[in-house]
Amino acid sequence: MVKLQGTRVFGGYAIGTVSFFDNKKEAVERRHAADPSAEEARFNEAREKAKAELQALCDKTMNAADDESAKIFEVHQMMLDDLDFEDAVMEGIRTEGVNAEYAVQQAGQNLSEVFAQMDDEYMRARAADLLDISDRVIAILSGKKKKTLSPTDEPVILLAEDLSPSETVQLDRSKILAFVTRFGSVNSHTAILARSMGIPAIIGLDFDAAMDGHQAIVDGYGGLLLTDPDEETLKHYEERKQQDDEARALLGELKGKENITLDGRTIEIFANIGGVDDVEDALRNDAGGVGLFRSEFLYLGREDYPDEETQFQAYKTVAEKMNGKKVIIRTLDIGADKRVSYFDLPPEENPALGYRAIRICLDRPDVLRTQLRAILRASAFGNIAVMYPMIASVWEIQRLKELFAEVQGDLSDEHIAFSDEVEQGVMIETPAAVLISEELAQEVDFFSIGTNDLTQYVLAADRQNPRLAPYSDAHHPALLRAIRMTVESAHRYGKAVGICGELAADTLMTEFFLQLGVDELSVTPSMVLAVRDAVRKTDLRG
Amino acid sequence: MQELVYILTDPVGLHARPAGDFVKAVQQLACKVTVEKDGRTADAKRLLAVMGLGAKGGDAITMHFEGEGEEEACRMMQEYLSQHL
Repeated sequence: MVKLQGTRVFGGYAIGTVSFFDNKKEAVERRHAADPSAEEARFNEAREKAKAELQALCDKTMNAADDESAKIFEVHQMMLDDLDFEDAVMEGIRTEGVNAEYAVQQAGQNLSEVFAQMDDEYMRARAADLLDISDRVIAILSGKKKKTLSPTDEPVILLAEDLSPSETVQLDRSKILAFVTRFGSVNSHTAILARSMGIPAIIGLDFDAAMDGHQAIVDGYGGLLLTDPDEETLKHYEERKQQDDEARALLGELKGKENITLDGRTIEIFANIGGVDDVEDALRNDAGGVGLFRSEFLYLGREDYPDEETQFQAYKTVAEKMNGKKVIIRTLDIGADKRVSYFDLPPEENPALGYRAIRICLDRPDVLRTQLRAILRASAFGNIAVMYPMIASVWEIQRLKELFAEVQGDLSDEHIAFSDEVEQGVMIETPAAVLISEELAQEVDFFSIGTNDLTQYVLAADRQNPRLAPYSDAHHPALLRAIRMTVESAHRYGKAVGICGELAADTLMTEFFLQLGVDELSVTPSMVLAVRDAVRKTDLRG
Repeated sequence: MQELVYILTDPVGLHARPAGDFVKAVQQLACKVTVEKDGRTADAKRLLAVMGLGAKGGDAITMHFEGEGEEEACRMMQEYLSQHL
């Protein structure tokens, strides 16, 4: 199996055979033309033909309700008529005395470079359009047919160096599972097309043309191409693809709809995210907010603690992208199975019951202070809440709240903007937190039940040990009672309670959560609509 | 000579197709028309030159009209800009 990384343009999964589209251009010959006015006439004639071709493409794409492509071809026609383009071609023919083909190629390249150097990424992508129009005219002048994709019987994962708008529009779309290109940009026509077709696309991926004909997986979300996958990987991606397909099918039906039961009970459905890139998935799946923003990604894979500015930028970006929707940031949950070298944590006999999360933070308050400063600064740019993991005692949250107030005071003294409405909540994931949930409810603004850890602690079954899987029963009555007790405690003091573990996405549990009056479920982005679907089919009157 | 200053409200600004429509509109005018952004000036009848300014929503552009029917041209473009860009 070979695994290659590129840049994601559009998410989704594809599994199929790779087809390499070899569209290398043939060199244009430079010749001395004896009669410049004959070359000018050839150019004018070819340009008219090119415009007619583009008009036909424009009509064809318009009929296929592909407005994006139609617009591109309309612009191509205008570019062909552009006086700068014309002047450049005429200049080549008259002053350099070259053939029309060569003059057109030079004009296209020179103008394309001007765009390629612009600051604006969208404009840089237009460089490809100029090369595309000059190629079209050259093809007409030289009487050579442009290469087209050879028709295939089976839909394929298309690999190419880059695809011009003209090439992409000639593709039989029912035969393309995904696009993977070595060059191109997120604003290129291939990218626009992939988005409008809703199929995965990756750019900037350094593939090997010899992959042609091999089986592969495209993970558009991760920007990954996996060729010759082993059975286990294949099975894993088949499952993810199925889930994703189901989520997409629901998307058309349920996007923009309320999370409301048949008898009128509503619930919030938020998304869990693990990084800035996941926000797009959350929004695309119509999540009402972010119920769990795992901040560990900022700490993992580094040599040293992330500074305040790095964290601030990440939190601010997410808050802004969510555009006023709530974003609950969980303070760092390092330790147990998540190890980070620079934290210099000693090995433990029993890491799940060990030195982790706020236990580290309370010991090293400066680490948390930096994070809280970044979170509070970001709160000026959106609707942010903060949540502390691994709470087992009332004194812990009291100490955390003191720290939070100190940071607020520092920021005020420094005249740094932050929102003074940032809510503080705790994760309920230890049996102790459940048992003292009444006391905790009086200290915080909200609860979020972390069912993964709560399951392992309530049932005393290490979730890292696969042999204990039969004992990690997330539907165990002990766990359900723990959830009920937590919800009741929160509501007794008028506090909101959410669920952010995997159980939140378990649609067998949706009715139970609705009956309890849980305020919010936070699930992986691809499950948001599946849970909405379950909510909308539930009737609590029965 | 007539001068017209306009702040683009369309967030995409003078990108490919809006720029194409803009140029088409200007090409109907008999007078010489230029468009300027941040000190760079382009012939408003040339698409690639106009696109090359990279004018986006919120940017101010200044147009100059010189020659036959310049007053009428300025009025027409004022209206065009407020309707389309």
